[in-house]
Amino acid sequence: MVEVSALSSGALMRRGPYISMITNRTMNLLIRAAMLFMVGVFLALVLNLLQVQRNVTLFPPDVLSSVFSSAWWVPPCCGTAAALIGLLYPCMDRRLGEPHKLKREWSNVMRCVAVFVGINHASAKVDFANNVQLSLTLAALSVGLWWTFDRSRSGFGLGVVIAILATLATQLLVYNGVFQYTSPDFLYIRSWLPCIFFAGVITVGNIGRQLALYEYKVNQEKTHQD
Amino acid sequence: MTVRERIRQNISAAFYRHGLLCASYPVPIILFTSASILTCCYPLLKLPLPGTGPVEFTTGVRDYSTPSHESQGDLSERPDWYRGPPVAYIQQVLVKAAVSPWDNSLVPVDVFRSPLGRVFSVLEEIRNHVYTDRSLEALCLQVTDLLPGLRRMQAVLPEHGCLLVSPGNYWQNRRDLFDADPDLLKTVHQHEPKGLHTSATLKDLLFGVPGKQTGVNLYSKKRVVTYTITIALSSYDARFVASLRARLKQLHPSANCTLREDHMVHVHFKEEIGIAELIPLVTTYIILFAYIYFSTRKIDMVKSKWGLALAAVVTVLSSLLMSVGLCTLFGLTPTLNGGEIFPYLVVVIGLENVLVLTKSVVSTPVDLEVKLRIAQGLSNESWSIMKNMATELCIILIGYFTFVPAIQEFCLFAVVGLVSDFFLQMFFFTTVLSIDIRRMELADLNRRLPAEAGMPPPKPGPLRPRETPPPPRPSPHTITLQAPAFRNLRLPKRLRVVYFLARTRLAQRIIMVGTVIWIGILVYTDPAGLRTFLAAQVSEQSPLGEAGLPPHLGVAPVFPGGDPTSTLSGLPAPEPTPLPENQSQGHRAAHPEVAPVSSPQITWGPEDEELWRRLSFRHWPSLFSYYNITLAKRYISILPVIPVTLHLSPQEAIDTRHPQDTHHAPPPSIKTSDLQTDLTLYKVAALGLFAGVVLVLLLFCLYRVLCPRNYGQNGVPHGRRRRGDLPCDEYGYSPPISEISPLLLRGHSMDIECLASDGMLLASCCLVGHIRVWDAQTGDCLTVIPNNGLRRSSSSGCWEHRDGWDHISACEAENIFPIRRRTTPARPALFGDQPDLTPLIDTNFGLSPPSQALSSSGFDFGGLVEKAYQEHEPSPTLAFPPSPPASQQRRRSLGDQPVLPPELPPQNNGDWDSSVWAMELRGNLIATGRSSGKLELWDAVEGSLRCSNEDGVSGITALAFLNNRIVAARLNGSLDFFTVEITKPLGLLQYRGPPGRGSLPPSPCYSSEDVISCQLTRSVQCAHQKPITVLKAAAGRVVTGSQDHTVRVYRLEDSCCLFTLQGHSGGITAIYIDQTMVLASGGQDGTICVWDVLTGSRVSHVYGHRGDVTSLVCTTSCIISSGLDDLICIWDRSTGIKLYSIQQEVGCGASLGVISESLLVTGGQGCVSFWDLNYGDLLQTVYLGQSSEGQSVRQLLVLDNAAIVCDFGSELSLVYVPSVLEKLD
Repeated sequence: MVEVSALSSGALMRRGPYISMITNRTMNLLIRAAMLFMVGVFLALVLNLLQVQRNVTLFPPDVLSSVFSSAWWVPPCCGTAAALIGLLYPCMDRRLGEPHKLKREWSNVMRCVAVFVGINHASAKVDFANNVQLSLTLAALSVGLWWTFDRSRSGFGLGVVIAILATLATQLLVYNGVFQYTSPDFLYIRSWLPCIFFAGVITVGNIGRQLALYEYKVNQEKTHQD
Repeated sequence: MTVRERIRQNISAAFYRHGLLCASYPVPIILFTSASILTCCYPLLKLPLPGTGPVEFTTGVRDYSTPSHESQGDLSERPDWYRGPPVAYIQQVLVKAAVSPWDNSLVPVDVFRSPLGRVFSVLEEIRNHVYTDRSLEALCLQVTDLLPGLRRMQAVLPEHGCLLVSPGNYWQNRRDLFDADPDLLKTVHQHEPKGLHTSATLKDLLFGVPGKQTGVNLYSKKRVVTYTITIALSSYDARFVASLRARLKQLHPSANCTLREDHMVHVHFKEEIGIAELIPLVTTYIILFAYIYFSTRKIDMVKSKWGLALAAVVTVLSSLLMSVGLCTLFGLTPTLNGGEIFPYLVVVIGLENVLVLTKSVVSTPVDLEVKLRIAQGLSNESWSIMKNMATELCIILIGYFTFVPAIQEFCLFAVVGLVSDFFLQMFFFTTVLSIDIRRMELADLNRRLPAEAGMPPPKPGPLRPRETPPPPRPSPHTITLQAPAFRNLRLPKRLRVVYFLARTRLAQRIIMVGTVIWIGILVYTDPAGLRTFLAAQVSEQSPLGEAGLPPHLGVAPVFPGGDPTSTLSGLPAPEPTPLPENQSQGHRAAHPEVAPVSSPQITWGPEDEELWRRLSFRHWPSLFSYYNITLAKRYISILPVIPVTLHLSPQEAIDTRHPQDTHHAPPPSIKTSDLQTDLTLYKVAALGLFAGVVLVLLLFCLYRVLCPRNYGQNGVPHGRRRRGDLPCDEYGYSPPISEISPLLLRGHSMDIECLASDGMLLASCCLVGHIRVWDAQTGDCLTVIPNNGLRRSSSSGCWEHRDGWDHISACEAENIFPIRRRTTPARPALFGDQPDLTPLIDTNFGLSPPSQALSSSGFDFGGLVEKAYQEHEPSPTLAFPPSPPASQQRRRSLGDQPVLPPELPPQNNGDWDSSVWAMELRGNLIATGRSSGKLELWDAVEGSLRCSNEDGVSGITALAFLNNRIVAARLNGSLDFFTVEITKPLGLLQYRGPPGRGSLPPSPCYSSEDVISCQLTRSVQCAHQKPITVLKAAAGRVVTGSQDHTVRVYRLEDSCCLFTLQGHSGGITAIYIDQTMVLASGGQDGTICVWDVLTGSRVSHVYGHRGDVTSLVCTTSCIISSGLDDLICIWDRSTGIKLYSIQQEVGCGASLGVISESLLVTGGQGCVSFWDLNYGDLLQTVYLGQSSEGQSVRQLLVLDNAAIVCDFGSELSLVYVPSVLEKLD
């Protein structure tokens, strides 16, 4: 996280030589996509670790293997999805013509990410009485996250759609045996997966919008100067 | 709605009153807040320190019963976790075996081969022990498969049966395998992990004692082998255990064994934090820090950014502590893992309110009182703060009704934290903010300058001060040398990297932090392991040996006097032949014939009671984790050990020998395990040291490669200078000493006001009105034109004398009058003649009203100076009696001027009083514009007045002298065009070449008979509505900028106004125009406009500075501007994009000059700095004088011959920059 933010701020701080790079549209797109990809991979690894902890007893024989215990293609998939979603959100904002107005600041984005990790943490660590309670709590938390950090209808819609699609895709994968849940309790996983997906989409969308803000700013400055 | 409005109003009013209160009594409120924080945090003292180490609880064996699940209120000393049955009861059988007596025929392997071999018989005994109908099989903890990842341990650890481990497991509990094993040590060590290891190893698990104490090595001095047989029981049957104990004791009696066996210890293990759990934790903390960083970065426009950021963080942290403390006070003990939920609590509580408050307060009008500002800022944000607070409370309330215990607890903490955070924000942070704002205003009062980024945009005043006197501050540069200066600089990349590393000391810090984290993790996760390691090291070295170990805290120190089972002291002997029991403690049957060889002694001491304490505290968890049984948040009960003493005869040892034992036993090449571990430790240390050295060397090489300039070496001579002498050094490095030594031109008695040059000659005018002409090449003073006004105003003739000497050098020779020569005294006397004007210099600019000292029209010190002269008058009058004829003479000499306008004598009266406001130099004609509106043309070489024009009455604020035309801008906004006509134009324009000091030609290029007339050709009366501030002429155009926000372009030939350029929203302060018809203008609003002079259209318009633009220069590719905010900005000329900016010291950046296409020179506090325009790189800083306090360079002229001239107080400084040019070319 930190290196990502440092990268972004660093790349944008020194305007002079990089100005063309930033204003260049494709280049900007690529940079943003790369950052989002890294964010996605990183979050996938860390959150996977959180989930792994719940199911493995103490002292996993070697920690590193447990970090990469799930299939190797999961983090890249998450990264790609993050890049797509993060680029999709600002694009959609522009298309719909209702730019995201709510507190566009990095500190807010950080807060959002922290809450997202917190939701994951809660789902991994807190013992719930039953799955319905877990689902309801996580859903409430996710919607709270959306209300606190997003509040745009488009964001909500996109989040719900992507969450449903992602859950369906995961279920299909599981049915086909490509992927296996670590936990034998099938219902448990199914109850938190959509909410986590939704919260993740909101978070990544927030990051993507914040990154896109720089391009927007630079372009605005440029037109203003012209 | 009305209710809402009313609530809103009430809240706003309450906040307003509260703000007033806070700002009025800052100290009592801060004291009160601190006291309440401390009070609320007091209950925290009772909380146990967090840690993952196991907790113990000791009970007696006799009346032991398995604790029930329900908590029993009557036994308050019982810990919370002591409920329900333990995971397992651990029964250890501690075996000490020795071959005795030892004789020299035995080989080292015999020390442990036969004693280890006896483990199988003891095991057999234990397995077959039956009490009534219960056997071990029924009682022991049955284990299933090992974890899948532990295949390699399958051969060693038991599976599908009793959890019973002993050294015999190495050989699958089979005696035949043991006997067939040629190298026991190898078998034991083959399972040991490589490298430094502090947690439980397989050897520890099987032997059940720390590795050092097993005695299984070839160089053991004591020759006693110690090991345990560890049995895990699932249920506790007191009678079975007692019978087992009695049986073993009976079979293998232990002499003088006084081990206590009446206490069992219950060990509770907390949840472990493994690295797998640390990674998410660390991630959340990193996110938290990023959040705090991004939040506090937004705090702006305050006096001390860091102070406020600290206050914000303190607010949040102490509200957290307060919430925990309050919850503890009301009996709610935190069960959550504090470290895990802490980041989320911070995120929930947030720093937003603090930032909103700060922003709101700093955006209130600056001219209000501090109290009112705070109050107003608070009440402005009151509604949103209350709304947010209510929303958050609602969300948390919803969370509370999820009825998940963990979430409920979190919510409870969050609610209390939110409330206490609100309290702290209102009291603590608001007060700190008020103090900060007050400090800022005080600082502003002292400085009169907008603090860097500390003031709202300046209100459009009548005119900004053209020069800002530097305030007397103890260390000016420490405030302005800020990081932004680095960031803005466009340095080469490698330098930037090096600067970054050097500035942050990144490498050192990373290494330090890494070390600390590593040690922390080590201690935190494995304190016991480390402790045993250290303890073992200590005990080995201490002469006391094991007895030197402190008694363990968990055990009651009282040593029970007599235990009936252990009092009978059986003499250690081979079991079939028990020895007499009358040996005293500590003495064994030591046969006299083996006296030279130390016989092994088996002793039992208190340290053997709980030998498991010496193991890693992860010993038991790791043993159980192999079978997928977690001990986290559970406990095990450890029963008292059963001591077993085995004595073997030498014959027996020899019998059990493996044939290969004798072969390789003696060679010293075999390394013992102790040595091995020690060696690994040393190896690790040596490798670490080596790596460190290599790293240092590598970094050194990198530094040398990356940073070829030897800053360090050049910095040495600078070390002697005071730090205050290096004000322009932006890097914290000392700049290289310049080989450029500035040439100081001394002569003026007051600060220099005007400076003009045409490349060859240099004219300067000081505040008194003296004009001096210098040779720009050599720095010689050619002519001095005194201020005539003084003589005119003084009634006595003594001033005649004073003026008389001013004509030095040969120009004097031409115009001397005999009388004057007579009256001219020697030079030194004349210096004494001058009154001391220093008290007139008002350095306390902060106290004087701005309209007086900083008026737009420049400085008029004439009146003050005159007064001083008059007060000074009496003493000279004594020395020089008044001589009216001289006065007459001088007047006549002026009248002698050939082309004097006829109206000159009567108008002279008013004229001499005025001061010079503008000066231009072309050829050898100096044009001066005076405050009285008079335009004078002086001969630069002869120092004589050639002509004057008094058509205008308003003061001339600016002059332009181009070809033979003079344009004068006046205070009333009118613009006058004059034409200079000379009968011999050759003389005017072709006077080139420096006249030698002593060889002044008797008749210069044009004689005094030449007619020079200056005629007003056209006067544009209302060129601007307000005073003209800037006037520039180039390429046949005259450009004027005025207070009325417009720029006008005139054609020089016909004085025709071509364009009126509108685009600024403030008065024009700077204009640049050059031969290529590029026009740039800067205004008080901080904007810079670039215009096309041919079409009058605006090319670009940028917002550049926070205050006025003080000066503007262009090169072919970029525009350089400096502003009142002490920033020098470099803009791309074609696109108007800001390339970079240089933060300068306060009061530094008013003067700019471009020497070549890529060399920028700026004036600073007593120094001149050269910059590389392409990279924004500081090339050199030239110090003008030894002491530079308060002297800043205000005017800077670049001459044709790569020299620059700048004023430096009352001196002029001529700096040649050949070396810089060489470097660039």
